[in-house]
Amino acid sequence: MANIFGKQKKRKKLKYILYWLEWKKEHYRQQRFALIIHSCCSCCRARPRAGGKNSYIYERHNFSTVANIQSSPAFNKRHSLWVRLTHWIGTVAFLLLVITGFEILMVHPRLYWGEVGNDLTPAFLELPVSRNYKHEGYEKRIAFFTSKESPVSAVRTYDIFNENGWGRSLHFLSAWILVVTGLCYLITAIFSGHLNRQLLPKKNPQPMAGSQYGLLQKTTYSVVLLLLFPVVILTGLTLSPAITAACPFLLKIFFGYQSARTIHFFASFLLVLFLLIHVVMVIRTGFKKNMLAMTIGNKNASDEKQ
Amino acid sequence: MLLMKNNKHLITRRTALATGLSSLGAMILYGCTRPTSPPTYGNILRMGDAFTYNAQRSLFSGRALAKEYTRRDISSFPATGTTDPGDSSKEGFSESYAQLQKKDFADWKLSVEGKVSNPGLYSLNDLYKFPARTQITRHTCEEGWTAIAEWTGVPLSNVLRHAGIHPNARFVNFYAYDGWIDSIDLLDAFHPQTILAYGMNGKNLPLQHGAPLRARIETQIGYKSMKYLQKIVVTDEFVDTGDSGWAWYVGM
Repeated sequence: MANIFGKQKKRKKLKYILYWLEWKKEHYRQQRFALIIHSCCSCCRARPRAGGKNSYIYERHNFSTVANIQSSPAFNKRHSLWVRLTHWIGTVAFLLLVITGFEILMVHPRLYWGEVGNDLTPAFLELPVSRNYKHEGYEKRIAFFTSKESPVSAVRTYDIFNENGWGRSLHFLSAWILVVTGLCYLITAIFSGHLNRQLLPKKNPQPMAGSQYGLLQKTTYSVVLLLLFPVVILTGLTLSPAITAACPFLLKIFFGYQSARTIHFFASFLLVLFLLIHVVMVIRTGFKKNMLAMTIGNKNASDEKQ
Repeated sequence: MLLMKNNKHLITRRTALATGLSSLGAMILYGCTRPTSPPTYGNILRMGDAFTYNAQRSLFSGRALAKEYTRRDISSFPATGTTDPGDSSKEGFSESYAQLQKKDFADWKLSVEGKVSNPGLYSLNDLYKFPARTQITRHTCEEGWTAIAEWTGVPLSNVLRHAGIHPNARFVNFYAYDGWIDSIDLLDAFHPQTILAYGMNGKNLPLQHGAPLRARIETQIGYKSMKYLQKIVVTDEFVDTGDSGWAWYVGM
């Protein structure tokens, strides 16, 4: 009998330990999640509710209290007009660039490094995105020189997918719109202090009150704005024969035409990845509220609530 | 002064924006309505191309040379589009080209006409007599691939000067045996690297790559470098051959 009781006690103890571990795990999980949300998505106004699931983090870390956050000027305010305008014009132009860029990639889904790359030279990456993938449709091979490793010519017999007639023109039209909009945004951001205050990754003396963005988010925005976009624009310009004739340094800094094309592709890929994460964060932190803030939201919404 | 009384700022943000936008609009309109510019077909895509053309022509001198490579950089080179206008089973077949091909282009002659003082026919031997230019350049295809080859030919500017090009000339139109028609402006026509090539990689231009004579326009995308040349016509206005669906200016 005593043995059985002892076993039951042990079991109970074990159960409690397990419960405790489970609780601790959940606790840490929540804490981690709240920190991620805090650092990534305060732009999207992830507002800790008073006494809510994660509010303790703000209190324990001596962050601004909920009341402070709500009354701070940066919080829950509609974005300024120039931000909203450039955001949506840029969005449309960017989406068109992604669609047409993918179409252009479909025409020749092979990536190379250096100056030269075509169906008769080896690729370092082949993407199965269209019927042109590994089509091998060539005949009448002729060698240019007598040597064994001579470069060759061959006639293409395969009827490739090619919608570049409108694809390229729409790509460049959208690029014009995005570059002009982006420059307007950047210049306004620099001179209004928006860039320095909101976007450059500096630690805020008072998180939430100084900038509406967390450190991780500021870093992301800065990388996108000051690294990925300039790289994607410059590599795009490197693909232009008229521009590289006038500015030959472009071919040098990107290691050649095909390298520039490859970097253009990977930078675009990262920008699309950013877009996806951005949209997920906007949805997770209150889609309606965020959309209102970027469109027709009431400027004085936070005041009314108080 | 009245403006200053009513408003604190002489130039408000709104007026600055409006002025900026209207001047941009005027710039675009100017680009689209210049009578000698290529037509835009009321098509927003072609207007974008015209804007690119005007922007590149205003920003760059258009005289800078495209990068030239060494013999070691010469690469394999796919032949696309028309690859044999003498083959009746394929698109771009030409009876007259097939006849010329039989005699190894001995009777072939390039016609230079239009706004020139001495229109005439140039045989291959006539073209060989011009000072030749050899250049190792990169062919950049609109599809996304590139290839490097050595081209030998006569600078188009030499032929145009020899034919006595008129001072009011604006465009050089190319006509090819496979039915293609295209044109370039005089800035590209007089570019030092714009040549009429009869040699490729130290040999006669192969059939696949446009024998006996093709254009090389190194400041534009590959499809402007027309193969199988038959006729060059100089004009003082843009010759509208309809919207092919492809941009006319492809410096981009």
